[in-house]
Amino acid sequence: MTVAALTIVRATPSTRLGLVFIASLVAGLLSAPLWATTDALRLLIDIFLYVALACLWNFLAGYAGLVSVGQQAFVGLGGYGLFALSAKAGIPPLLCVPIVGLAAALLSIPIAGLLFRLRGAYFAIGSWVVAEVFRLSAILLTPLGGGSGMSLPARIAQSVGRAPHDRFVAVYWTALALLLGILVIIFLALRSRTGLALTAIRDNELAARSNGVNVGRTKLIVYVATAFGTAMIGALIFLQRLRISPDAAFSVNDWTALVIFMVVIGGLGSFEGPILGALIYFLLRETLANLGPTYLMVLGAVAILVMLLAPRGLWGLVRSRWQIQLLPLQLRVIPLTKH
Amino acid sequence: MADWINTIIQGILIGGLYAMFAVGLALIFGVMKLVNIAHGDLIVLSAYVALIVTQSLGLNPLVSLVFVVPIMGLIGYILQRGLFNRTIGNDLLPPLLVSFGLSVIIQNGLLELFSADNRRLLAGPIEVATIKFSDAINVGVLPLLQFVLAVLVIGGLQALMFRTAIGRSFRAVSDDPRIAQLMGLNNRHIFGLAMALSLAVVALAGVLLAIRANFDPATGPTRLIFGFEAVIIGGLSSFWGTLVGGVILGVVQAIAATIDPGLQILAGHLAFLLVLAFRPQGLFGRVA
Repeated sequence: MTVAALTIVRATPSTRLGLVFIASLVAGLLSAPLWATTDALRLLIDIFLYVALACLWNFLAGYAGLVSVGQQAFVGLGGYGLFALSAKAGIPPLLCVPIVGLAAALLSIPIAGLLFRLRGAYFAIGSWVVAEVFRLSAILLTPLGGGSGMSLPARIAQSVGRAPHDRFVAVYWTALALLLGILVIIFLALRSRTGLALTAIRDNELAARSNGVNVGRTKLIVYVATAFGTAMIGALIFLQRLRISPDAAFSVNDWTALVIFMVVIGGLGSFEGPILGALIYFLLRETLANLGPTYLMVLGAVAILVMLLAPRGLWGLVRSRWQIQLLPLQLRVIPLTKH
Repeated sequence: MADWINTIIQGILIGGLYAMFAVGLALIFGVMKLVNIAHGDLIVLSAYVALIVTQSLGLNPLVSLVFVVPIMGLIGYILQRGLFNRTIGNDLLPPLLVSFGLSVIIQNGLLELFSADNRRLLAGPIEVATIKFSDAINVGVLPLLQFVLAVLVIGGLQALMFRTAIGRSFRAVSDDPRIAQLMGLNNRHIFGLAMALSLAVVALAGVLLAIRANFDPATGPTRLIFGFEAVIIGGLSSFWGTLVGGVILGVVQAIAATIDPGLQILAGHLAFLLVLAFRPQGLFGRVA
């Protein structure tokens, strides 16, 4: 047997099956408001929002190497932006979502200008300082309730949907649309030139730089895009909750620690990993949530073990064991054999 | 006028504590390029260790340091050998994420054991003792003691780094870990000693701060951030830089607190961001 030629493919039988599976899953989710109860919708919205946060953080840390522990800055900004624009300026809440996303993206540019001066782990703590600045500033914002926060006025909540169920359906559609949009954009970005640059940066920043990748610019694009998505998700989180306060909006545990654990457990630096991690988190949450603080300790310990023993996470294990992949993202070299 | 002088003196003195948080971070960063996100939670942990020691043995917190400092040093050595050494390499993510996980574990472990209640260490009459410099200017004995200790610790570390065999080992593994190993150094042990030293220093600072200010399981990140800000403001050139950074941070916070207590911590963060914007290498340092 001699190898005569090589072909390079992206699609494999498993990715074709994967696409069929994804298409049917999306169809099922799109029709959920027709059959699901309000409680089920509420849980699905939570899952969508966390999957989105996990994918965004993974895009930032797993690909661009920007390990931020300050993404709660943008979640809180989105939430506060929605409350301010809808309650104080009378803009329809769902319209506020893209507006706060844009505002966060604009604001993230000068922030990146500051934080990109810090390398690696110092960047992480710097991003945390920025989030703290936002939280402490929100406490000073008396028109938005200061330290105790505010509730969304009932008439504004009703403008999204008269009955609570209607409101959940509206938020459900928006959250699903936003999640799918974010996934598609990350997917396309990873297949583009930027994606190639990102994968190169992920694997070896120095080598990427010496091959002509503009590392700074690529990282900036990812940072700004992630801020855009994260703020929109934050707006929806607090539209669903109807109440906001500085501590809840800028919580490092809720919007960053949990998300990091999901991504690390699921698989850092892969497209599918964070989705898997978020789903595992929700499975565990439904069974272990009564444990309180112990639950976070268990999650932290599991994340440390995964990081030490299987740095590519559970999805990495699955992928190396069975060579499967859900999405056509990776190029494979197939030897053509001559008999 | 005298009020302002008192405020600035207060700020300078508390800055000594921030400098000790910072020097712990700077030491392990210098030796093994590790940034320990759990640093602040370990500071708070040392306060709880002191709480247990003072309550069970009936000691003054200042005396309890005899136990707390070695206990934290031992914890540091074990953490480094058992956990952090496994993460050290070219990849930046594992140490960062592992120490972040550790931070969440310590925080929630303390929450489980001690609840979210505010605590303070009670040191008795020394807490309120003051030295009168003039009619209007009084300096607390305790803050002054803390500052003097900070200066001694930082000077001691500087001397240790450049005048002793262990300091030479620290610098050797920092410059080139592989060659250091070829020269017969056990890098893993040296890293363990550096972490032990870092935590011994922050244990001292953590206990001293716990006598002056309330603490609870969630206060760790703030302590980490103060230390980090002092490192960056001072620049990474020498341990003395962290003292300058800590003092600047303390003074800015003290002045802002007299204007509005809500501004105290925010002003410190803003000072840090200003330094980052206009002098990213720190006031006295090389590029970070």
